Amino acid sequence: MNTAAPSPAITAAGLRKSFGEKAVLDGVDLSVAEGTVFCLLGPNGAGKTTAVRILSTLIEADGGTLRVAGHDPVRESAAVRSAIGVTGQFSAVDGLLTGRENLLLMADLHHLPGRRRRERAAELLERFDLVDAADRRASTYSGGMRRRLDLAMTLVGEPKIIFLDEPTTGLDPRSRRTMWQIVRDLVDRGVTIFLTTQYLDEADELADRIAVLDQGRIVASGTPAELKRRVPGGHIRLQFPDEARAASAERLLAGSSREGELFLNVPGDAGVGALRALLTRLDEAAIEVDALSVHTPDLDDVFFALTGRPAAEAGETANETAGETADDDDQTTENHLVQKESGR
Amino acid sequence: MSTLTFAARDSATMLKRSLLHTVRYPVTLIVALGVPAMLLLLFVGVFGGALGAGSVPSGGRYIDYVVPGILLMTVGYGASTTSQSVNRDMTEGIIARFRTMAISRSSVLTGHVVGALIRTMVSAVVLVGVALLMGYRSNATVLEWLGAAGLLALLTLALSWLAVAVGLAAGSVEGTSGFALLVQLLPFISSAFVPTATMSVAVRWFAHNQPFTPVIDTLRGLLLGTPIGHSGFIAVAWCLGLAVAGFLWSVSLFKRSAAR
Repeated sequence: MNTAAPSPAITAAGLRKSFGEKAVLDGVDLSVAEGTVFCLLGPNGAGKTTAVRILSTLIEADGGTLRVAGHDPVRESAAVRSAIGVTGQFSAVDGLLTGRENLLLMADLHHLPGRRRRERAAELLERFDLVDAADRRASTYSGGMRRRLDLAMTLVGEPKIIFLDEPTTGLDPRSRRTMWQIVRDLVDRGVTIFLTTQYLDEADELADRIAVLDQGRIVASGTPAELKRRVPGGHIRLQFPDEARAASAERLLAGSSREGELFLNVPGDAGVGALRALLTRLDEAAIEVDALSVHTPDLDDVFFALTGRPAAEAGETANETAGETADDDDQTTENHLVQKESGR
Repeated sequence: MSTLTFAARDSATMLKRSLLHTVRYPVTLIVALGVPAMLLLLFVGVFGGALGAGSVPSGGRYIDYVVPGILLMTVGYGASTTSQSVNRDMTEGIIARFRTMAISRSSVLTGHVVGALIRTMVSAVVLVGVALLMGYRSNATVLEWLGAAGLLALLTLALSWLAVAVGLAAGSVEGTSGFALLVQLLPFISSAFVPTATMSVAVRWFAHNQPFTPVIDTLRGLLLGTPIGHSGFIAVAWCLGLAVAGFLWSVSLFKRSAAR
């Protein structure tokens, strides 16, 4: 550090980028403190990937002032590149090489000396639980393994700043948790993480600060707690065997609202304590409940609260012009459902 | 100071990767080594009898006449493999990864081209070996053999840079198939298999003025002792021109490619 106060790892002011007529980023300001996790949250087509590509020197911005690790990504791209590591949305591993060979390739490109390169590869295989698969071709890996290998490759050069562009999109819940743990370990080692995601729960788990990106603009930013306070939508949904019970429960529980004949939505915190209290009250009133589901605020709620539109809609309109694939959307929806079912 | 050293080192790393791919992806090896040998068998064993009589001036043997043409097709097959593997790098996203790393930019493409050169020259040597086993004989001196190898290398360089550009430009592997078809078809409309004298006027004009004919005539001159004339200069000029065009095209595509 050459200044007394720690300077931010990444800053952007008035970042703009258009593809043809469409403004993908329309005046984005952000600042990421060193050693923290910054999360850019938004639906498909919001401009998250474009932001990552600009900050990681892949494409040039149309306007704005940028600093990554103290350097300008365009004029001092070499300095930026030697400080960063990027793991993109679609894992960029060499399918014809084995996991170990992929890591050795990275070690060679980082000019690690002979013995050190083998050590580094072995170290990362161990850390990312890829030892058993080390000498198999990467094309035989599962989605989760590919992502881990991808991230391991990014870490060969020990970057100070890591960009993770939707690192868990398309992964099963278990692989997501593994990925989250890896990110936490990285932060413990002092690495700065710039994460993009479309899942609020992921941002909530990992981020120190979140910025919500919608159609190229930051519509809200703050800590996860600050953001969630702005987002209503958490509720418990009860199902009753008949309408009479649903009606008496509605009278019992202030603020609840009926949905159809048998369902009742009870707004509020869905923590274990609140849940237990709710069930105890119903029990004491001898109201039988058939089923219960917990609804935590998700990206839909954030978007609805911040933009007045559902996230899916925001994603679709932006998608048409940004040209992301339909496949992508399917995968996202599916994953989102899995996530909801598994609950938190 | 060390820029050049790093560039060379990164290119060597990329070359190693390219050669490893060749070994790992058996189709590449089969295409590079097997297909030219098969073609030789086909042309000599199947078509040779029919084509040979009218094709070979001054009572020579068809196998001696046809080997330069098959060598050219070897180069063509090598180039289509190159365009496919560059395209795979593009679509799999590993080129994007390389571009965010502090490595020599040129090394990514240089690795592919040098890898293609080695792969193609090895298959050319194998082909000549098969041809010798089948009875091919040349009266060329060592110098003439070296000249032929040099010209073949130059042609490989030219087609490889074009292949890299095609691989970068194509949206998918299927998109490179047009290029593959072109380089595999062009030798047929040249003096590779039959003398151009037998062709219709328009086709003959095309055959005379397309790049493969002077290359084949020069190779044949070097290996069989037939007259070369201006073909040598024209062949080298074509190769250099195509190499420079392919190189410039590739570099400009590579600079823009990340914007996709």
